[in-house]
Amino acid sequence: MSETKATVPDIGFIGLLRWAWRQLTSMRTALILLMLLGVAAIPGSLFPQRNQNPQRVDAYFKSDPTLAKWMDRLHLFNVYASPWFSAIYLLLFISLIGCVLPRTFHHLAAIGKKPPLTPRNLDRMEGYRIVAADPDLALATAATWLKRHRFRIRIEENSISAEKGYGRETGNLLFHLSLILILVGVALGSLFGMKGEAILNVGDRFINTPTSYDNINYGKFQGQGSLIPFSLTVTNFAATYDPVTSQPSNYVLTTQIANPVGSTPKTVVIKVNKPWTSGSTKVYLQANGYSPIVTVRDKSGHITFQGPVIFLPQDSNLSSLGAIKIPDMTPQIGFIASFIPTAGSSAKRGIFSTYPEVLDPRLVLSAWEGNLGLDSGNPQSVYSLDTSKMAKIGLKALTLGSTYDFGVGSITFDGWRDWVNLQIVDDPGKLYALYGAIFAILGLLISLFTRQRRIWVKVGNDVEIAGLAKNGIPGLEEELVALARALDESKGGAA
Amino acid sequence: MTSTNLAYFSNGAIYACLAIFTIAFFAHTYEVSWSVKNVEGHDRTEFDLNKTARAGRLGTAMMVLGFIILGIADLTRGLSAHRVPWGNMYEFSITGAFMLTGAFLFAYVKYKVRWLGLPVSISVLLTLGTAITVLYRPSAPLVPALKSPWLAIHVLAAIISGGVFLVANLVAATYLLMEKYEKRGGRPQWAEKIPSLENLDQLSYRLVAFVFPLWTFAVIAGAIWAESAWGKYWSWDPKETWAFITWVAYAAYLHARVTVGWRGRRAAWLCIFAGSTFLFNYIWVNIWGTGLHTYSGL
Repeated sequence: MSETKATVPDIGFIGLLRWAWRQLTSMRTALILLMLLGVAAIPGSLFPQRNQNPQRVDAYFKSDPTLAKWMDRLHLFNVYASPWFSAIYLLLFISLIGCVLPRTFHHLAAIGKKPPLTPRNLDRMEGYRIVAADPDLALATAATWLKRHRFRIRIEENSISAEKGYGRETGNLLFHLSLILILVGVALGSLFGMKGEAILNVGDRFINTPTSYDNINYGKFQGQGSLIPFSLTVTNFAATYDPVTSQPSNYVLTTQIANPVGSTPKTVVIKVNKPWTSGSTKVYLQANGYSPIVTVRDKSGHITFQGPVIFLPQDSNLSSLGAIKIPDMTPQIGFIASFIPTAGSSAKRGIFSTYPEVLDPRLVLSAWEGNLGLDSGNPQSVYSLDTSKMAKIGLKALTLGSTYDFGVGSITFDGWRDWVNLQIVDDPGKLYALYGAIFAILGLLISLFTRQRRIWVKVGNDVEIAGLAKNGIPGLEEELVALARALDESKGGAA
Repeated sequence: MTSTNLAYFSNGAIYACLAIFTIAFFAHTYEVSWSVKNVEGHDRTEFDLNKTARAGRLGTAMMVLGFIILGIADLTRGLSAHRVPWGNMYEFSITGAFMLTGAFLFAYVKYKVRWLGLPVSISVLLTLGTAITVLYRPSAPLVPALKSPWLAIHVLAAIISGGVFLVANLVAATYLLMEKYEKRGGRPQWAEKIPSLENLDQLSYRLVAFVFPLWTFAVIAGAIWAESAWGKYWSWDPKETWAFITWVAYAAYLHARVTVGWRGRRAAWLCIFAGSTFLFNYIWVNIWGTGLHTYSGL
């Protein structure tokens, strides 16, 4: 203990703080934090993330609950919002500010100043040489040459100190300050932003209020009142596909948007790379699918359900799965159904879809009767049927317009509608991030392509010149040779 | 020619390139291995590269020819689909191989680095071979998410950066090999034409410093595109994450060199580590990863 006491002087609490601050803002710490940030980002790309792929996270919990629980405690399913990831980037952020701000002030102060004094011993510097020049003319000639080559110079009694390439530090600082601006933009976006999704059938009208969304997330400092009041009606959706590969080639969503609600609506076309923008709010076309339209009748022919039901696409040919629930019949009726846009069949796979466009549709149904379980209090997915209290009563593949009589009633496949998934995002910080990014690249280019170097000329018994290039960047030698030649020629002219 | 004919022509040209780069590879191997000379009374082997200079020249000629044919293959592939030739992994790979060969030929003209021909021809062969067998997809129009001018800008910047990162990696690896030889008492004769350790060290640094702003731009261009296509400029998609890791690794490399003053072996290892994060992104994330960057199967 006594030994430690001997090496650490009593610096007090303030001293300790100052010491910690100096450690944090040192280059070495910043570098370690930077590498650590890179390493910390890795697990998020190896394990499924809850906000990107919740189904795969659930699969982890199903296959090994204990392991998954522990992984969850370590925030491995939510890496980029975890405390340890935040800790690293916050420390890096502070370290960056502590590193860059003092340097900025220092650099600003240096701009108006002259280069530092000529060192005593030039022969320790790079490219040191004695030039055969006239000592009386040497300083004047060197000053003219250096000024012509846009060096800043300090003329001393018998020497000149010159420096060029301040842009290197300017660019360097611009780059790091821009990184801070990007981080500010990211923080603004996550604190004051909002993101939500809504699925709409063609013909539906969406009003931008919290209840219209299928899911919606707000930033920490953002509330429900912040949504801009617009309404959007889906008038048409057209998807085109490549006949050879079945890949989509174009999606065009046509809408009528009234902004604010009640004003005259305007026709707006939204595409995948062309969202609709109002202020910092944007509306994106994210996904699409089919909603088969069915009519369900009871035994007496009374309509118990009619309309489009949203189905979720399962593959690239848009085979879609969904559930149709009829709570108003006794017993309750439910269907697990798949919608096949263009039917093909084989002995092995049964009926499957061969093309994503609707050319020859089928509605394949399995009918169930019993209790739908809607009153149990547990939230239920609208896309699947809870068959635990139900019994299967039949199976049928319907062509367009045909009807299936399942005993206690009938179901008719009337048609289909396209649905679109709209993503609505408000990110007030992204413009700052964009400016930050542009300035960061500018700063990087300036700092990496500017050479910073000093040149000294000293007149004593001989005329000596030497230089120093930051980080040993090449090109100094050539400049010194040129300066020596200029000094040499001035002697010739004088003689 | 119709689109289909152009696509077939492009495929034929890729097969021709496989043959050409195989010849280049064997020519470079012959250049090194057949220059072995027995020295009387010594245990040590010596190399006489002048003996096999013709094979070396043949290798370079094949690299030039391969570069031209690969360029034609790339161009016709693009024309067949009426767009830039980097809409999927197959096309990204053949364009990447084209850029890598181009980077080699540029370095050859400027620094006379014929010795790089051997590792470059192997890399190109592996890339093209994987492309045509595993990654191949028929020529087709783009999926809607890729229909944006940013495809040309973002992916081109990424391909060029990748090509230069890989060359920097090869140079850094050569540095480590040469350093090992020199520590053991001297380079073997075949390696005598390879530049000095100091030059290799400088060359790999300069390549990285030159292309780091372009990589930064590639990542930012990707973020701008993501904002208009996916609704969020950064969503920690695996490819984004690894592009960020590569960026961080190279940033650390530049800081280590410029600020802390790392040179030589440590710097070379850090450079190779940073380059491997790029390769990992290219191979692992595309083939086994899932995320928003997976298009058209691959």
